[in-house]
This record gives sequence, structure tokens and C-alpha cells, in this order.
Amino acid sequence: MSKPRLATCSLAGCFGCHMSILDIDERMLELAEVIQFHKSPITDIKTFTERCRIGLVEGGCANEENVEVLRAFRRNCDILVSVGDCATMGGIPALRNFVEIEECLREAYVDGPSTHNPDGVIPRDIELPLLLDKVRPAHEVVHMDYSLPGCPPSADTIWAAVTALLSESPVNLPYPLVKYD
Amino acid sequence: MGENPVGRVVEEIAREHGRERWRLMDIARGVQQRLGCVNSRAVDAIASWLGVSRVEVEGFVTFYSFLSTEPKGRVVIRLCDDVIDRMAGYEEVRRGFETALGISLGQTTPDGVFTLERTACLGMCDQGPAALVNDVVVTNLSSDKARSIVRALRENPRPERLVQRFGSGNNAHPLVRSMVENNLRKAGPIVFSEQARGEAIRKAVAIRPAEVIRAVKTARLRGRGGAGFPTGMKWEFARGAEGSPKYVICNADEGEPGTFKDRVLLTEMPDRVFAGLTIAGYAVGASEGILYLRAEYAYLRRFLEHILDRRRADGLLGKDICGRAGFNFDIRIQMGAGAYVCGEETALINSCEGRRGEPRTRPPFPAQRGYLDCPTVVNNVETLACVTRILEAGPATFCEHGTPQSSGTKLLSISGDCGLPGVYEVGMGISVRGVLEMCGADEAMAVQVGGASGRMVGPASYNRTIDFDDLSTGGAIMVFGPDRSIPEIVSAFMDFFVDESCGVCTPCRVGTRLLKERIDRIRAGRGEPGDIEELVQLGETIKQTSRCGLGQSAANPVLFTIKGFRHVYDEMVSHDPHGYQRSFDLNESVREAERIAGRRSIHHREVRT
Repeated sequence: MSKPRLATCSLAGCFGCHMSILDIDERMLELAEVIQFHKSPITDIKTFTERCRIGLVEGGCANEENVEVLRAFRRNCDILVSVGDCATMGGIPALRNFVEIEECLREAYVDGPSTHNPDGVIPRDIELPLLLDKVRPAHEVVHMDYSLPGCPPSADTIWAAVTALLSESPVNLPYPLVKYD
Repeated sequence: MGENPVGRVVEEIAREHGRERWRLMDIARGVQQRLGCVNSRAVDAIASWLGVSRVEVEGFVTFYSFLSTEPKGRVVIRLCDDVIDRMAGYEEVRRGFETALGISLGQTTPDGVFTLERTACLGMCDQGPAALVNDVVVTNLSSDKARSIVRALRENPRPERLVQRFGSGNNAHPLVRSMVENNLRKAGPIVFSEQARGEAIRKAVAIRPAEVIRAVKTARLRGRGGAGFPTGMKWEFARGAEGSPKYVICNADEGEPGTFKDRVLLTEMPDRVFAGLTIAGYAVGASEGILYLRAEYAYLRRFLEHILDRRRADGLLGKDICGRAGFNFDIRIQMGAGAYVCGEETALINSCEGRRGEPRTRPPFPAQRGYLDCPTVVNNVETLACVTRILEAGPATFCEHGTPQSSGTKLLSISGDCGLPGVYEVGMGISVRGVLEMCGADEAMAVQVGGASGRMVGPASYNRTIDFDDLSTGGAIMVFGPDRSIPEIVSAFMDFFVDESCGVCTPCRVGTRLLKERIDRIRAGRGEPGDIEELVQLGETIKQTSRCGLGQSAANPVLFTIKGFRHVYDEMVSHDPHGYQRSFDLNESVREAERIAGRRSIHHREVRT
């Protein structure tokens, strides 16, 4: 029997959660014994070619590309986990939800004090994904199965969650792993 | 310029009310009427004349929907958008007004003449769609009528001129002159029985106050507003409470959507209501009574003041009433300013004191510390009419009607899909089926008992009865025919609660919005089975954690319809085959960005493989 596969992605996040995944350090070898990494920034595999057991999602959805990626994860993964506060609640990127997007774009590209943009052009290239009206947590776009709180969740938390999911035992995180203050 | 007209107007009005802080409602209403708004300068002036902080005045003004900080047109048209009026054609009427005025809802015409707004139930469900034009009620509207009303007002901006034919009964009284119809379909033996003016008070003052309370207790009279608290007990608490003076208040803030019985009662039987209030005053030892009249019924005010004057002239109010030495009692009318929550008694008391109509924390109960921190009784209009009849004819006569636990009669305000909408006085204990037969509703799919905060029952429950043991209600009965959509009705009720939530506690302020959002998601065909469970959970949370009765009942439309009409919801929700959230609409979400970029999204055809 082939090893179960695991995929990860970073949507509207800062890659901090992926740093935390890497922070499991030498346990990465242990993990590689029981799973196979599939589509992930860590492997640089770009598209799903096989079905995955677990998908770890960092970040919420800020643009149409985030939505496409997240939907692809939903179609190709059995279990989807929101990792970190941006995926769970929108996090820092969602602060822009209180401002009209046109104002956001103008501030970023036209009116910012350090911006030099004499033509006042807001980038609109076809390569650039369009922003959503609001930054949304992952569960507002697709069904999510679990969420791990934290900014970022600690390596131990991620480790405990992934190993529990792989062994199909209940995910029961002790309090110190989900307590942040 | 030179002088400051705002300051002068405020000074005049403030002096008229003795510069008393607790008369803020009358002062603010007066300023609104004279200046078309209570603007920033008026707020400052009021604050300084009353010696209170600016924020207190501003907080007050912004709380009530009939007061505004922004200038309104000289003619304010308020369209009633409750569910029954929506069924009767509110949308067409709105469009009619919008086209004729060239503005949309919420706007004022550039010449400053007209403002068009929506408002919660006006208490005219039996003759909707209805609207208020300043204080004048216009009923049975259509888009044609909307246009002709605007035309008439452009020629002559006095709304009184819109009334060409008067309604029945006292609606034609020279001091009312309204087109409102009573639609009193069934006058029963208690509330709408023949009046014997003055008799009840004479009988009351001939016995001791404790005996009056005993008579009310013997009649087993319970509050007619819906909660059903024993009236005699309430009076006894207030009578025994320490502190003086004591106050009695008649709650005529009939704001529950679908309720309009008090309107008819105040139009046709005001003496009976005032007599009841006077008797309440005698029983608890009060010398002042207040009729809290909702702003929507302002057209009745002059008439009611006239009735009070007549009672003073006849010795039924004033000093030594009916020859009883030492029993001095008078009644003043306190106008509201458009807030449903003021129907809750502690919110109503706050409003009478010139505060925001936010409910108080209980205890202390009003009977201990109510109006101006004095022992206070608040009774419903209908309850007080019953009191008068009990004193007139004796408790035994009262108990001949109704059931052992729910004695007497009940006024029902029936509206919606039925042949004969209007007010009915029936014995307590009547079945829903009996009600439907009476009002000519043969194919009702559902009946909402008790207004927006009440409960919806379906045909399987039509043998349930209207009384305090089963379906306890203030009397609003809304009938829905077979073509009505339940989620649409619920959505209309939720609009109402979102609007009327006072905002103090989070479960109610936020929860009502979330419920509305979920219901609308289901209506739009984007609901999932999990949404129904979530609605129930959320509804229960709001019910258990809200601060007052408004919040505690705000989830009722959702909870009762899911309970009684689950199949309707089940048929409207489905799972997404890919596990996408059906509530998320990518095309909708990128629309603004598409506009800014001036190009279509490359994802506009959603990938579904």
C-alpha cells in the first residue's frame, strides 16, 4: 500500500505557518517515513496529480487565485485543515475589510507617501489575480474539517495534529498547545 | 442673520417644559417639529438649557426613528414595510413614490420638501399598504395613489388635505379627521360593550383600594399585552412598595407588527381606558397617570386630549374624584418617537423619563422602582379597559367569558390572507380554526400568532387555543395563504428585529443580523443542510443570552418555523458536490475588482471538475 499523501499551500498568509511546519525539525524525517509530500511550496509540485489524505491550508482568501487553489485542495484532499489565524479567521490581511478596495489599491499604488507613480496607474495585468471584495477565512469558501489556532501554531501543535490525523485517532490537543498569550 | 433662530426655538421649547431633564422627549419632539431636525446646534442648546451633557441629548435623538440630526423634508412620508403590507403591495407603492418624487427610499428631494422613508408596522395591517405623511395616516395605497398623493402634496403641502373621506366611528370626529377605518368586526361583551361613563370609577371609589384590587384578582385578570402577568398582583406589589409618589402608566406603544387593537380601542373607547387607568391609580395610591402613545398614533392625540379635558370637566379626573375626598388623579399623554422596544415596560419608563428606550435590568421591578425611581404600574390599554368593565359589571360577569385560567375576552387584530381583516373581541380559549373561520380564511397555510415575536403554527396545530395556557398572545393574528413563502415571511420579521434592536447587548444586535443573513442565504438557494442546524443553535443562543424580551424573542420567527415547517427549509437546501461553500459567490466577490481593473475575471467561469 502506498503512503498517504500530504499537500500544503499558503494563500493570503505570510508563510509563517509554513516556517512553523519546518520547525518540526528532525521529526520531518519521521514524517517522511509515513507520508509522502505532494503539492506544496516545500516540494514545489504545482498541480495535483493524485488524491491526498491531508491538506494543510495557510492563509485566507484575498483574491481569485486563492479561491481557485483552495477549491483545488478541497477537490483533491480528504481532510482539510485551516492552519493558523489567517486561514481560520482572515487574520491580518482581513484588516483591509474595513476599507473599500479601490481605496486600498490607490493607497498601495498611487497615493502612498513613498510611491512614485506619475500616471496614477493601478496594475491590471491579466497575470494579476483580482482582489475579492473582502478577505475571507478558508471555511467561508469551502468546507474545512479542522482548524489549528495560533499565529503561527507551534511546531508541536502541527506535529500533534498531523500525527493524530494520520493514525486516525481523535485529534485531542492538550491545552498548552492551543494556548497563546 | 445676526440672531440665532435655533437657539431661540430651543429656549422657547425648553422653557415651555420647565427646563426639566425628564421632559427631553417632548422638548426634542418639539424641536424636531419646528426645525425639521435636532441638529448639532440644537443638541448643544438643549444640553445647555437642561444642564446635561451633549452626548446624552445626541444619544437620545439618534435612538428614536422619528427624531433626526439631519434635516428632513417639510413633508416626511414613512412607508410601512411590515410583512402584511409587503404582501399587500408595499413594493409597488414604494416604486410609485420613488418615481413620483424622483428620489429613493431614505432620501430628501433637493428642494427640501419631501423625505421618503420606511418604517416598521404602523398598526394598519387591516388596511395596508399604509403610510404616514407627517402625522397623517394614508391607507389602502397603490402605486397610482402614491402618484396622486405626491401630486396633491406638490400643490398643497398640508397632509391633512389628503383625507377626503373619513373612516368609521370616531375617525370622523372633528379632532381626528382620519381616513383610518376601525374594521371592528366583532364587538364582544367586555371591552366593546355599552359604556356607562363614570360608573366604574364611582363604584371603585365607594370601596377601599384593597377591595378594588381584590375585585380584579377575583376576576383573574391577566395582562393583555401578551405576557399574562396577573394584574391584581402587580397592583398589590406597587401598592405595598415603599416610596412615593406612585405612578400608573398605560402602555399604548402598540408596536408589535400585526397588532392594531389598541388603535381601535383608543378611537372608540378612550373613556373606558382612561377610567381603567384612574382606577389603577386609586388602587395603588397614585395621583399621576401617563398614557404613553406611540408616535404613529399621533393623529389621535388631540382627540384624546379632548377626552381628558371632558373627564376633568365632569369630575372624573382632578381633585376629589367622584366625591372621594383625597383622591386626586390626573393623566398626561406622553408621546413616543418611533421605537418598538419602548413597548417593553422598563424601556417605556426610560422613554417617559426622556432617556433612550433601552430596557432596564430587573430587579428592581417597576412596581418597586419604576418611573422617576418611584413605584410604578405599567398596564396594557386593553387590560385597563377590562378593569373598567370588571368594576362596572362585577368580576363574576367577567369570568363568565373565557376559560378558568384565562378569564374574559381577548381582542384579536387579524390581518393577512383573509376575507375580513380587523379587530375581533372573542372569548379566551378560541381555537385557531375558530379564528380562521370567523375571519374568512379557508385555505391558510400558516398563521402567525402574536406578531413578529410570536409563533407560527400550521394546519396541524389549528385546534390549539388562544389563551394563557396554550398560545399566549397580545392578539396579533397574521394569516398566510398557500402561495406565501415561509422564509420570505421570516426574512421580513428579521428585518424588523435588526432594525429595532436597541444595540445594547451583542447577542441581539449581532445575532439578529446573522439570522437574517442565513435566512436570506437559504432564500437565495445558497443554503446547505448545516445552515439549518446553525440557525437553530444561533437562535437558542440569542434567546438565552439576550438582555430583554426583544432579543429573547427575536429568534422566534426562525425557531418556530424550523420547528413547525422543517420540510420547507429542507427542500430549499442542498450540499455542494465538491465541498465548496454554496454561500460564497466568486463572481459577486470580484465584481468591484473587475470594475476597477476594467476587465473580466479570468475565473469567471467557475471550475467545477
